[in-house]
Amino acid sequence: MDLLSLFPSWLIEHGAAFIIILPLLMGAITSILPSRSLAWWTAFIVTVIVTLTSFGLVLNMMSEGTTVYSMGGWDPPHGIGLVVDALSAPVLLLISAMAVLTMVYGMPATIAEVEPKKRAPFYAAFLLCFAGLMGMVVTGDAFNVFVFLEVSSISTYALVAMGAARDRRALTASFNYLIMGSIGATFFVIGLGFLYMETGTLNMADMARILADLDGGSRVAKVAFGFIVVGLGLKLAMFPLHTWLPGAYAYAPSMVTIFLASTATKAALYLLLRFTFTVFDPSFEYVGTLVKYLLIGVGVVGMIFASLQAIFQTDVRRTLAFSSVAQVGYMLLGIGLATAAGLAAGYLHLLNHAVIKGGLFIALGAFWYRFGITRVEDFQGLSKTMPWTMGAFTVSALSLIGVPFTAGFVSKVNLATAAADKGWWWAVAVIVVTSVLAIIYMGRILLSAYFGDAPEINGEVAKRNEAPLMMLVPMWVLAIMSIAIGSNIFNLGDNFVGAAEAAARLLLGSGA
Amino acid sequence: MPDPIQEPIEHDPHVILRVVSKFLIPFIALFAFYVQFHGDFGPGGGFQAGVILAASVILYALIFGLDAAKKAFPPSWIRIGMTLGVLIYGGTGVLAWILGGEFLNYSVLAHDAAHGQHYGIIAIELGVLVTVATVMVAIFYAFGSRQPDMESEDW
Repeated sequence: MDLLSLFPSWLIEHGAAFIIILPLLMGAITSILPSRSLAWWTAFIVTVIVTLTSFGLVLNMMSEGTTVYSMGGWDPPHGIGLVVDALSAPVLLLISAMAVLTMVYGMPATIAEVEPKKRAPFYAAFLLCFAGLMGMVVTGDAFNVFVFLEVSSISTYALVAMGAARDRRALTASFNYLIMGSIGATFFVIGLGFLYMETGTLNMADMARILADLDGGSRVAKVAFGFIVVGLGLKLAMFPLHTWLPGAYAYAPSMVTIFLASTATKAALYLLLRFTFTVFDPSFEYVGTLVKYLLIGVGVVGMIFASLQAIFQTDVRRTLAFSSVAQVGYMLLGIGLATAAGLAAGYLHLLNHAVIKGGLFIALGAFWYRFGITRVEDFQGLSKTMPWTMGAFTVSALSLIGVPFTAGFVSKVNLATAAADKGWWWAVAVIVVTSVLAIIYMGRILLSAYFGDAPEINGEVAKRNEAPLMMLVPMWVLAIMSIAIGSNIFNLGDNFVGAAEAAARLLLGSGA
Repeated sequence: MPDPIQEPIEHDPHVILRVVSKFLIPFIALFAFYVQFHGDFGPGGGFQAGVILAASVILYALIFGLDAAKKAFPPSWIRIGMTLGVLIYGGTGVLAWILGGEFLNYSVLAHDAAHGQHYGIIAIELGVLVTVATVMVAIFYAFGSRQPDMESEDW
């Protein structure tokens, strides 16, 4: 690879640790920086460097294959190994790229939403959350996953609570998330404890080997799997465990909502994939049964119910939040198919949905920034007052619905094809029905924006008042990416599909 | 002139507590450092030492009041201490990087790998001590000086 030679070899060799350590340590430094703009610049530069490093790691992974970094010079399974492979590398790049876009958007948004003296700690918490998410994805040690899960979760609770300056309900939303998230983390760590009891190791590859030797293991391993699935289910907002999500998304500062919606649930979903397919194996009877009946069951029910709930929300933030729960259902359906095509479609939807929801929430944040708008009926005439912002919102909304030539279409078609290949026509029907529901819940927002008249403010028709450039750039980057994935401009669509297929191969191939 | 007979009874009902804790607090703090430096070859270490050190500050605050404690252990130290501990910990790892090893590979810190491991763990435990002690005090100060920040009609 030509591009790869541009990266210093040290960075590629130690990159897996660097992408966690840099935001972690700079987060600590950011928290005591005296100047607020200095804090923003520090955080921004950190996210850019981490993104470049992740990009280098992806390139390196494509040419060299899986790499394992031995933390502290102790080789796995005794030490902690950081694993960059076809499954983790794209998610690393996704999280760090979303962090950069969020930081760009966050400069004007944070000034409007967070009290001045809390801004430096706010960016510090953001960097810690970022470090935790990167760590969760890159580590190959099961207990290390729990540690990073807590690093990212605890900083997220603080970040959500900082929405209190804008809306006091952020405090209850954050507390709700704290309780649910802690229960999820506890379930996860109980599961790990049982798994350790069964296998005597914490290294994921080692666990997989021992479990395969034991042919799935005893009842202890079954209990462990149950606990881990429920714990991660809470974190990734699997349908009946999603109740923390709408509140947290709606009342957090908009920058946090964007970052959470496009990365946090994705990282948890990545862990579910990792544990279900590479630590455990669907060929074990209990794993296969649970994947087939439970994941598909809650996935499909979640798709339908959350889409229906999204239709009846008056607050657009809550509409999008319920839509996120529904989209998690699509990904779970893809995982539940447990075929190469199904897993690839689920993984692709994971990446695409981050791009789509990120774009929607950025546009939504811009509407609030200019007009203080969050409710559907207030969207009237936004196509006239904020045409560029509304344009980006529309592109992302169409992508969410799954209109051809957008990212949403690619992943939904792949998912439907995968379901049809398996002969599950009812699943295809569910995908179509929920897409129609998506047309309804996004459509009523678009209708109001395009066909309503601009409201009168103090007797005058509201004037055109476009979002600042710092907000327009990230939202259009994501909107254009959506189209580029859907229409395969710059080969972006092929790259995404290729990454998803490589991940699916790794998931199905590494098991016994 | 206040009445010398009545004054101590009215204003100092906890004289025994005060005298005893004045004796104890230095020893508690000293014990924290014993646990700290014992930590790399026996039970103990930065976390336990940090908690014990913080306990000495908390005991001082309980007996002599929060304001006196804040004079002895200013809240401005807390934010710096919390950060400093993390930086000592992470800095050890970064130093290992600079010296050519993996992150947190202490073996490269000295000519002899065993010495390097020894220095590394002492530095790490020191970082843990600083962060844990200041976080414990921070939590105590936060609860101790809590004011209701919301009027009931704001709900």
